[in-house]
Amino acid sequence: MIEKELVIVGAGPAGLCAARIAAEAGCRVLLIDRSPLLGGQLIKQTHKFFGSEQQRAKTRGFRIAEALVADLKPFGDTVEIWQEATVVGAYPDSVLTVWTNGEYRKIHFQSLILAVGAGERSLAFENNDLPGVYGAGAVQTLMNVYGVLPGKEVVMIGSGNIGLIVCYQLIQAGAVVKALVEAAPKIGGYKVHASKLRRLGVPILTRTTVVRALGDSAVKGVVLSGLDENWNPIPGTESEIACDAVCVAVGLSPLYQLAWMLGAEIPYVGELGGMVPLLDENRQTTVSGVFAAGDASGVEEASSAMVGGRLAGLHAARFLGHLHPDHTAIDTECRAQLSSLRGGPFGAKIRAGLKKAEVKVHAR
Amino acid sequence: MRIEQHPILDFPERKPIAFTFEGGPMLGREGDTIAAALHANGISALSESSELHRPRGFYCAIGNCSSCHMVVDGIPNVKTCITPLREGMAVTRQAGKGAYR
Repeated sequence: MIEKELVIVGAGPAGLCAARIAAEAGCRVLLIDRSPLLGGQLIKQTHKFFGSEQQRAKTRGFRIAEALVADLKPFGDTVEIWQEATVVGAYPDSVLTVWTNGEYRKIHFQSLILAVGAGERSLAFENNDLPGVYGAGAVQTLMNVYGVLPGKEVVMIGSGNIGLIVCYQLIQAGAVVKALVEAAPKIGGYKVHASKLRRLGVPILTRTTVVRALGDSAVKGVVLSGLDENWNPIPGTESEIACDAVCVAVGLSPLYQLAWMLGAEIPYVGELGGMVPLLDENRQTTVSGVFAAGDASGVEEASSAMVGGRLAGLHAARFLGHLHPDHTAIDTECRAQLSSLRGGPFGAKIRAGLKKAEVKVHAR
Repeated sequence: MRIEQHPILDFPERKPIAFTFEGGPMLGREGDTIAAALHANGISALSESSELHRPRGFYCAIGNCSSCHMVVDGIPNVKTCITPLREGMAVTRQAGKGAYR
């Protein structure tokens, strides 16, 4: 059994920021990530971020990842990082099992921050398991991290910000986006992203869905259908589009499994993307000493993940008896940033969801 | 296929890494995951479903969906989307749940 003071699972924007602030407060940190690269999903974001300077707006996502990793460099003595290490089990007696380097390791932690992120949702349609049907994030990883195009001609399903941005990135990488398909009557993401696609001539098909992928061992096309007001396919409106990749961008769901294994209360909160741990105002779950941040506690943007990560790191440190010298100032600043990020009409859904996932008094 | 030109990203030429897929020689590049190297070689079917033996490719590319499990150097259920490619690896498609020999 390996003894660790603070373990952070996930080295994306939330985990990296949590590690930095906890280390500043004097914690000894073990940061664990299953990927060979640090930065979580920031490493595949080639677009510049919105938000304010504090969340490194106007910077491309992969550059933000580099900056967050660089921020940990001064804490090389107190922040240990395991990469290519997957946490496969979490036990209520504060134990994690980690699969790494071909062996299982057991860790006992005093405090834990779950910054594990979210997983891509799928969509039910015939042949959706054919090779060539990818989650939008998978396409981003393949082309923006590894420089490999998933296909020459792509059909995108879903017009939230991820769907819109990935369409644009596919075009930048040299692919043709044959159509952007959206079941709702209008696009889901920001108009500024959709306008770019319109200017590039991408057909945007609203009130349309995919009913079938074509092909035997790989995707050769899709069959689309129009939808009526009740979201049912309209007979006779089926059309076929040839393509060699289908990209599904229908949202993300928080990865709740480790919180669940630890016995945390995890209600379903649709506004936050699915099952999320109940959190108190300091981001602690209903299990004492276990905190959560980033998409794992509700799907938002990387900017709020960074701030939420700082908050979780700050309070995990305090839980461990390491009060950050600027605790109150940072705490106040983080909360102000979060309210600002979640302000306005686009934040309404998140605000409603967070109310449902908040516990006022620590349950256990 | 590899992206040759990109307005934002640089993909500099990297050291070739030799491995085998289904027994035949194949080249990837340093820094590739196994799945990325296979995609660069036009291989998107990585495994086979257990009941109906349908071909499967990866869906998430971040180690989550289990759709990229392959047999690597005799070991089944290797998440090839997050496992770096290494020189001389023997990679084969996995049928179903995979079996330890």
